[in-house]
Amino acid sequence: MSVSDIQPAANAAVAGASDQASPVKRLWFRPAARQKLLAFASLIALVVFFGFASPNFFQTDNLVSILQATAVNGVLAIASTFVIISGGIDLSVGTLMTFCAVVAGVVLTYWGLPLPLGILAAIAAGALVGMTSGSLVAKLKVPPFIATLGMMMLLKGLSLVISGTKPIYFSDTPNFSVISQDSLIGYFVPALPIPNGVLILFLVALVAALVLAKTPLGRYTFALGSNEEAVRLSGVNVSFWKIVIYAVNGAICGIAGLIIASRLNSAQPALGQGYELDAIAAVVIGGTSLSGGRGTVIGTIIGAFIMSVLTNGLRILSVAQEWQTVVTGAIIILAVYTDILRRGKNG
Amino acid sequence: MNLISVRRLNKAFAGVQAVQDVDFDLAAGEVHALMGENGAGKSTLMKILAGIYRKDSGEVLLDGQPVEADSPRAAQRMGIGIIHQELNLMNHLSAAQNIYIGREPRKLGFLLDEDALNAQARAIFEQMHLRLDPRTIVGHLSVAKQQMVEIAKALSFESRVLIMDEPTAALNDAEVSDLFRIIHRLREQGVGIVYISHKMDELQQIADRVTVMRDGRTIATAPMAGTSTERIIAMMVGRELAREAAPPPETSSPPVLQPIVLEVRGLCRGQVIRDVGFTVRRGEILGFAGLMGAGRTEVARAVFGADAIDAGEIVVHGRAVRIRSPQEAVKHGIGYLSEDRKHFGLATGLDVETNIVMASLSRFVRLGAMVDAGATREAAGALVRQLQIKTPSLAQPVLLLSGGNQQKIVIAKWLLRDCDILFFDEPTRGIDVGAKAEIYRLLRALAQSGKAIVMISSELPEVLRLSHRIVVMCEGRITGELSEREATQEKIMQLATLRDTTRKAA
Repeated sequence: MSVSDIQPAANAAVAGASDQASPVKRLWFRPAARQKLLAFASLIALVVFFGFASPNFFQTDNLVSILQATAVNGVLAIASTFVIISGGIDLSVGTLMTFCAVVAGVVLTYWGLPLPLGILAAIAAGALVGMTSGSLVAKLKVPPFIATLGMMMLLKGLSLVISGTKPIYFSDTPNFSVISQDSLIGYFVPALPIPNGVLILFLVALVAALVLAKTPLGRYTFALGSNEEAVRLSGVNVSFWKIVIYAVNGAICGIAGLIIASRLNSAQPALGQGYELDAIAAVVIGGTSLSGGRGTVIGTIIGAFIMSVLTNGLRILSVAQEWQTVVTGAIIILAVYTDILRRGKNG
Repeated sequence: MNLISVRRLNKAFAGVQAVQDVDFDLAAGEVHALMGENGAGKSTLMKILAGIYRKDSGEVLLDGQPVEADSPRAAQRMGIGIIHQELNLMNHLSAAQNIYIGREPRKLGFLLDEDALNAQARAIFEQMHLRLDPRTIVGHLSVAKQQMVEIAKALSFESRVLIMDEPTAALNDAEVSDLFRIIHRLREQGVGIVYISHKMDELQQIADRVTVMRDGRTIATAPMAGTSTERIIAMMVGRELAREAAPPPETSSPPVLQPIVLEVRGLCRGQVIRDVGFTVRRGEILGFAGLMGAGRTEVARAVFGADAIDAGEIVVHGRAVRIRSPQEAVKHGIGYLSEDRKHFGLATGLDVETNIVMASLSRFVRLGAMVDAGATREAAGALVRQLQIKTPSLAQPVLLLSGGNQQKIVIAKWLLRDCDILFFDEPTRGIDVGAKAEIYRLLRALAQSGKAIVMISSELPEVLRLSHRIVVMCEGRITGELSEREATQEKIMQLATLRDTTRKAA
């Protein structure tokens, strides 16, 4: 088990294993673990399948491009993991990512401020928007689906407004592309040209997994998703923690915004819508329950890889774009259906 | 000296006096039973002590000092813990994590200290002599063990007062004796325990004193030993209320000669419904009495096909039928009017006409797809007149009508659907007194017109006033049947608390 695999259930299950069936059997019958194993097996199967089906699949360039795509979707999916485990949903992660990218563009290109300020501004903007969504949900009791649907459209418009409806290029900040495009690992180990974006993805995943497993924030995230009323009756400030959860989600979207802007070397204000569904799909495929209370970061990462391997593989097999979309849609329905099956059996 | 003294406590909800001039004492190291019918004010009183409700007036003294708990947190700090009838746990978290939610031990200020957490929880379990791994996920525990976790949570606040609201409702006998062992131990440690329950035999075993409440007032406090069950029931029911001065059903003699339209035999569903059988005749009102959670609603839902059954036979008009869904029930002429009209019976945002015709819409379809608006208006209008529903028009949204008129609309809906077997679940809940009388008249009129009616009600006067026969349930079983003539509140209460003591641990 990797570090990011820690969830509240893990310790207890291992502890209880001795008096029950064999550990392997118990692991298999734990639905969260089963979904994760299933997801991981699917990922391997997809990679093997596409590897055989197309000689181009294992080309370095192609693998790097899969990693690049996963970096963005994966970071967004980690953001969504927090909100979904807490029993909420955020439909605005895609356009929020774009909004943060545009904010970085405005700060760096329009205002000409130094790079660290641009990075800070993007992440702060994300956190601020997240706090707003969180307040709508926690204080004004707007259902998360509606609050973040509104926020999704609002941000889409706002990105166009502050960018002047055109892309912002980072021509004055040559170092900006380093964030995602260069390869720190490749610099030391030339055989592994893993782009920095992926490095950031794993860094974010590690921190997120630690936060979920080891901090009060993580504990309340699971607790809220499990039984919000019980948390409230225990005297915990539920509104505060909900806002924090959405703010963390927003800040991580800011990081995703920086990665995608760096990869494109520009902030594209019209981009972003649709990313939220890929992110939510990745989360659900990874075994996080849409009804809350259960989920892992490692599962989400696997889910994100499944999504990008699928998209990439279908493309290099020259499957028509429209059919790629059909397949992706079917996969999402399948993933949500398995979530419902799991919920039906385990309450 | 008393641990807790309550003096002249009052609390009203929307003009209804839930608790009135109540006095109540709890000594350290005492188990104090609190009894009363549903709605007598027990839970309200306890929720005030636990900081969930604020009192309107009166005094609560803790160790002789006046205190005011304005939140569950504040009450916990004073050492008052409550274990609700419905458990409030986070199923995905471990036992220890549940106990210390919101007060997790930390290290370095921002990291959870899971070892300390488990050690603390283990110490509490040891104090309770409870064998339970604090790391076990709560959702994997039995209800009894979950209850133990709730008790451990209350104890973790170093509670000196522990309020238990029907703690054994979901436990089997072995689990009950485990619970009692823990209660005994806590009593030895000087904890004062308020124990709300309907189960006489349990109270005889565990309680030191008993206080009876009725209609928001405390009637009496007495030592448990030496107070007979009959006396307690008499206090709960109140002599003066017995057999309300209402005219006996003006239905002619009980319809014994009418044909049986519904017969249920050997109905079983898990522990909730255990071998239930009954019959209803044409023109008869069969009352279902019992305490909350006795399984009456579950029986209605099972017959109506809303819940799957494990075993049982349903005979409608002499023919055995299988009912697997409400749709099939309706096809056999069975209608169910749920206790929660807003959630299950009505689309409150829609108008009167739409609600009345909703269940019978297919009858009004012309040319394959068009709803015949004239016909629906006419049918709905006829029922509005027949049932005397007070509404300015058929286009009035249902939610703007009074509770009594809403109830009539649900009835109208099932009448239009030609249902001749009607289950009424708490038909007068949330309806004011005047409208109640009208609903009673309507139920009688329906019976007289040949409908078979099963009425579930927790209000004894109501059951006594309307029913030709009364079936009493307790813990999923039918514990007795009373004819109109022999039924009294006392007899019903006795049957409603008649527990099956032979029942062994499941």
